[in-house]
Amino acid sequence: MDINTLRGLGTIFAMVAFIGVVIWAYSSYKRKDFDEAAQLPFADENDAKAQDEQQDDARSNK
Amino acid sequence: MSTATTPTAYNYKVVRQFAVMTVIWGIVGMAMGVFIASQLVWPELNFGLPWTSFGRLRPLHTNAVIFAFGGSALFATSYYVVQRTSQARLVSDGLAAFTFWGWQAVIVLAVITLPMGLTSTKEYAELEWPIDILIAVVWVSYALVFFGTIMKRKMKHIYVGNWFFGGFIITVAVLHIVNSMAVPVSLTKSYSMYAGATDAMIQWWYGHNAVGFFLTAGFLGMMYYFVPKQAERPIYSYRLSIVHFWALISIYIWAGPHHLHYTALPDWAQSLGMVMSLILLAPSWGGMINGMMTLSGAWHKLRTDPILRFLVVALAFYGMSTFEGPMMAIKTVNALSHYTDWTIGHVHAGALGWVAMISIGSLYHMIPKIFGREAMYSTPLINAHFWLATIGTVLYIVAMWVNGITQGLMWRAVNVDGTPTYSFVEALEASHPGYVVRMIGGAFFLLGMLLMAYNVWRTVRHSKPAEVVAAAQTA
Repeated sequence: MDINTLRGLGTIFAMVAFIGVVIWAYSSYKRKDFDEAAQLPFADENDAKAQDEQQDDARSNK
Repeated sequence: MSTATTPTAYNYKVVRQFAVMTVIWGIVGMAMGVFIASQLVWPELNFGLPWTSFGRLRPLHTNAVIFAFGGSALFATSYYVVQRTSQARLVSDGLAAFTFWGWQAVIVLAVITLPMGLTSTKEYAELEWPIDILIAVVWVSYALVFFGTIMKRKMKHIYVGNWFFGGFIITVAVLHIVNSMAVPVSLTKSYSMYAGATDAMIQWWYGHNAVGFFLTAGFLGMMYYFVPKQAERPIYSYRLSIVHFWALISIYIWAGPHHLHYTALPDWAQSLGMVMSLILLAPSWGGMINGMMTLSGAWHKLRTDPILRFLVVALAFYGMSTFEGPMMAIKTVNALSHYTDWTIGHVHAGALGWVAMISIGSLYHMIPKIFGREAMYSTPLINAHFWLATIGTVLYIVAMWVNGITQGLMWRAVNVDGTPTYSFVEALEASHPGYVVRMIGGAFFLLGMLLMAYNVWRTVRHSKPAEVVAAAQTA
């Protein structure tokens, strides 16, 4: 294979991989998972605040 | 939530050890930096001794600030964050303790061997082969502790901060082992397995990814936990953080050749390094914006909270240096900037402004928690530290910009007959005021670290053993 064909394919691969990650990350079926994950830094406060306990309840019901 | 009724006891001992050593090694490494900066102002400070010459102390400075200060900060925060976001204790207390004592042993060996002149001469990888083997063993143990803890997590998801820490741990293992491959000829001397342009390429593949993974991905892991925590709101966009992670790690690995512009490295490899460095601006700024925007609606907190100020100004310096870096990677800009003080200024915009300030902010948040205190002993001292660090960094960067551009222009100036307009010594003389300002900036930054040490000491002294145990119980 010509080296330039390989370089072109490499560029296409990188572009497809990037678009794939973006579509995956922004797809609506992942929304709930990511919203849960975003709360993880506050998981250690659950017995400190009532508000957080509510969040925890919501999380354990999943 | 099961953890609310059965509290998890975290392993905070290793976190406390690494946190305290971060402050101590920070002072040692930065004091060494101020000393060698003074040598460039007053060369007599070499004392005419081989052990105190600039060439031997400079790698000691870089090793102490990157691996001793930065490394201890990364160990401390990654062990803290992985336990709290996984709601699980470290998988092995023994192995965690080994990583602490092993890492300290590596640093002590560096402090002994580098002034003796024992070096493999590879930048940021100067330590000789027996120490390299110890680093590899400690690092693999670190990976086992970290990923073992992730595997026993009680939470469904792996928090994005842990993805960054994990990416940093795996990549640094690969970089260190591949770059350190050498043929030993005695206990204290070895020769790299690679030769010529290949050696240079391996070296800067390692060197730039020491920046990309050790000094960036790891500290982004810190950012993704401590910024939301201190701002008391979740990260601006979790989706952006995922795109940020995959884009950053897959592009950084290609940027190394920009250290070898206009050398014997094949031209296509230089161009590849330049293009990848330019693309890198996008994920870098994506991450910076994600961190900054976390404060949207909470900007008023910056007025009263110097810890949050540390974290946000760190992000600002991160944004600035990740703009400057791609620009300097452009070959025509590099023709002016390379081998000048501009490079040193760029490194310190990242090292002081980003790495040190995000670590300091994170430590101020974490230290009271791991020692069972409500807050640090003194908030005004944190505020004073913030201003010393910020002013020190700005003085440093500006001095090096002025010096770097002056040097670049003087070195490239030619007379009509093609001879150089200026001798090297003329450019050196022109750099002298900049060296004085740089030393003052560094001293400001060091003074801030001394305030931190006092503040930490007072905080720790007030901590009672019962409170320390209670802190580790709070799940």
